[in-house]
Amino acid sequence: MRTPEIAVEGGLPPPEEPMLVLEPGRAEKNYWADLWRFRELFLILAWRDISVRYKQTIIGVVWAIVRPLLTMVVFTVLFHRVAKLPGDGDAPYALMVFAAMLPWFLFSTSLGDASGSLVNSANLISKVYFPRLIVPAATIVAAFAEFLISFLILVALMFHFRFAPGWNMLLLPGFTLLALLASLGPGLWITALNVKYRDFRYVIPFVVQFGLYVSPVGFSSSAIPEQWRLLYSLNPMVGVIDGFRWCILGGDSPLYGPGFALSLVVVAFFLWLGISRFRKMERSFADSI
Amino acid sequence: MSDIVITAENLGKKYIIGHQAESGRYVAMRDVVMQSARGLWHKTMDLMQGKPIIPGDTMEEVWALKDVNFEIKRGEAVGIIGRNGAGKSTLLKVLSRITEPSAGRVTIKGRVASLLEVGTGFHPELTGRENIFLNGAILGMTRAEIRRKFDEIVAFAEVERFLDTPVKRYSSGMYVRLAFAVAAHLEPEILIVDEVLAVGDAEFQKKCMGKMGEVTKGGRTVLFVSHNMSAVEALCRRGILLRAGGLILDSGAEQAIQCYLDRSYSIIGGMPLGERKDRSGTGRARSIGFRILGDSGSEASSLQSGRSYTFEIEYQNDSGAAISNVVCSIDFYDERNVRLMMLRTSFSNVTLTLKEGRGRFSCSVDDLPIANGSYRLALFLSHAEREILDYIEDAASLLVDGGDFFGTGSQGMPTHCRILTRSAWSNE
Repeated sequence: MRTPEIAVEGGLPPPEEPMLVLEPGRAEKNYWADLWRFRELFLILAWRDISVRYKQTIIGVVWAIVRPLLTMVVFTVLFHRVAKLPGDGDAPYALMVFAAMLPWFLFSTSLGDASGSLVNSANLISKVYFPRLIVPAATIVAAFAEFLISFLILVALMFHFRFAPGWNMLLLPGFTLLALLASLGPGLWITALNVKYRDFRYVIPFVVQFGLYVSPVGFSSSAIPEQWRLLYSLNPMVGVIDGFRWCILGGDSPLYGPGFALSLVVVAFFLWLGISRFRKMERSFADSI
Repeated sequence: MSDIVITAENLGKKYIIGHQAESGRYVAMRDVVMQSARGLWHKTMDLMQGKPIIPGDTMEEVWALKDVNFEIKRGEAVGIIGRNGAGKSTLLKVLSRITEPSAGRVTIKGRVASLLEVGTGFHPELTGRENIFLNGAILGMTRAEIRRKFDEIVAFAEVERFLDTPVKRYSSGMYVRLAFAVAAHLEPEILIVDEVLAVGDAEFQKKCMGKMGEVTKGGRTVLFVSHNMSAVEALCRRGILLRAGGLILDSGAEQAIQCYLDRSYSIIGGMPLGERKDRSGTGRARSIGFRILGDSGSEASSLQSGRSYTFEIEYQNDSGAAISNVVCSIDFYDERNVRLMMLRTSFSNVTLTLKEGRGRFSCSVDDLPIANGSYRLALFLSHAEREILDYIEDAASLLVDGGDFFGTGSQGMPTHCRILTRSAWSNE
């Protein structure tokens, strides 16, 4: 049985009936309101990405644990035992590496997933309307879920090393958000470019692989000579990783102020760039995907 | 009372298509390198300036939609008809905000849900239950709404037993049934539907039609695109006829369908047959004209079952000599693309000889044995069944309307069977 809808049949239109004007080049005034209206779709797409992620794999969600854990072991052996790089104060080297591995994997997975997201949902984009921003944003939520799982390993490691966190730990959510924003900016930009020029799908794996060695994941950023540190902080992940270490390891890993501020500026710049480019190209996605 | 929910003013949509320039026969390596380098340079410049890059050397603007004006009132069910490429789907895409218009404007009052495809966003790894929620959200339903209609959707799709199976294990029939079921339970103020009724088996199609009828009668504004004229006629009161991106007629559904079909015995695309590009074959001889003549020898505009017609084909033989041993076939297809009837020289043990230059030959049929409906003709010419000289898949379309094949006034049952045969019955 269908529920009768009285509002539609004659009479007055519903009070807050949206009035929509479509015109070439018209910037939609209620874009952000629209984004809010489609929040359920956002949640359900994020849920889809999460639940599909490890379908038809044998060890399933264990992948989220194995990848960072193995990388941590390799990096600790390579950088600490072989290259003999100094750690941060008294903190165990493995813990220091893992504290960086967390934001790095969060950044690289969300950047990688977000940048391919639009092309992977070509079918949706050419058949249904919704604010396209939802698609890359939803993939970032899935990467965040994986981050939470890896976070459990950190807790286990801290127990293992009997390392008690300080009050700085409370600021960790802020740095997690920063890592997400750092990946969202370039992610949006590249996924939009990817719609038109598939060249960019080859860019991201390269950036991610390269970035792992350029960012202070396997070593402490205090290993960088003082005069280069500000320049080094142009890499936004330097600020994020330092922040994570500061939160988790506490006073052993002091935050380098000017560098962190610069990283913040770079993150903000990329976020602005990503969103503005994305919105500019968004309107023609359906035509060129 | 201003009850207009959709207004389109001078609406237009332009696409830019690139063509690859034909290169000459002899190309120097140097030229190729230079040209590629220049192309790369221009592309990089375009990219820097944020201009779109179009592959190809020359560009052409194509207006898929041009100067379209109409108004749609609340509660109207409007059928949008026209041939392939007339701009129907583009219009729906613009109205459902998937793509932006290039000119003009549209004003829409109310929530729009568009259904341009069944099962958009279905994920093969997810179960039927999960996909109902996913697809529902994509089509614009809220979770609460989906939960309320969940049982109804499942019952409609007849997939109760497989709700917790990933849809990749579904049969294709189950898949489309589930997909349509979700879509059918959308309740927006304005519903835009593109040719989605042609899914599933005959029985399910009937069920879909019933559901769509319910939706249109429920006072909702519906825009409906279909090639199935009987569906348009059954569902819509008003019809908009598009042709080559322009709106030609906006009237009652029957009138629009009539107008669409009247133009139906025509060479598809409106171009003379000789200039058509959508052909295959060696082209040594090609059909360049096609006419249907009635009893009196004058050109027929629409056909009636049971009468006699002559199909006349004009050809052009460019091979420089006469071609003998030619087979010609005129194939009739129905709207579902089923080949119903073939008129082929070889069946009658006839071979044609095409003289050099232009000429014509014809084929007569007594008692046209096909029922009311629209058909498409394919024209085929081959040399001794080996070399295909010319083949046009969509050469012409025609409408059969009325007539008295059986001599009893019966039209047969065109929706059930398109072939007519007289039969004698005895009852002992």
